[in-house]
Amino acid sequence: MTNERTKRLALVASKGTLDQAYPPLILATTAAAMGWEAGIFFTFYGLNLLHRERRRHLQVSPIGNPAMPPPLHALPMLKVPNFLGTLPGMTAMATTMMKGWMSKAKMPSVEEMLDMCVEADVRLFACATTMGVMGIRQEELIPQAQCAGATTFLDYAAGADVSLFV
Amino acid sequence: MIAAIASTLDCRGLLCPLPIIRLSKAVKTVDVGAVIEMLATDPGSVPDMEAFEHQTGHKILERSEAKGTFRFLVQRTK
Repeated sequence: MTNERTKRLALVASKGTLDQAYPPLILATTAAAMGWEAGIFFTFYGLNLLHRERRRHLQVSPIGNPAMPPPLHALPMLKVPNFLGTLPGMTAMATTMMKGWMSKAKMPSVEEMLDMCVEADVRLFACATTMGVMGIRQEELIPQAQCAGATTFLDYAAGADVSLFV
Repeated sequence: MIAAIASTLDCRGLLCPLPIIRLSKAVKTVDVGAVIEMLATDPGSVPDMEAFEHQTGHKILERSEAKGTFRFLVQRTK
């Protein structure tokens, strides 16, 4: 052990898509597993991750994402034109595809990752401004979400050893 | 001489962050000084285990690899 003081991780989760939901949750649960304190400030669409209903329906869109769909190993030259992502049903298809990869790799769902955060005592800050702007009430969020402003998060992050914006 | 293995944690087929999360839970279930055998297939677990040792102070007594399975002996130190 190089340092006896408990380390702290402070993250901002600003994205509400299925793919972008994972990185902050993976980092926070890992930090907690190493004995660190961890806190996540969920802001703008990131707040969907704390929303009782919306967190179950996160999606990923191929529009504007040239990395999606990934090339097939068998046909690496085959490129799907990005505009096809605008066709009805493509977001649902991309979402199903990504959930398929995740479960095949035995990765937990976003809900399960959040449950792991709760179990590991990760602080879950719900951005007060986002709640106001989007009209989201405290009762719509999971009970562990703590409504807080930027001041609260910065006060927490000021004592952090690692801070990242996702 | 390595102490007897108190428990085995099979993390084969699991990806980050699950192996480290499961290991951190497993460590709490054994006595200080006890050794856990941990099996993993994710190549990322090799540097991750070093980092876990560095951050938590629990000691990796042994590491080996056979047929794509990584095996670690981890001793709870505190």
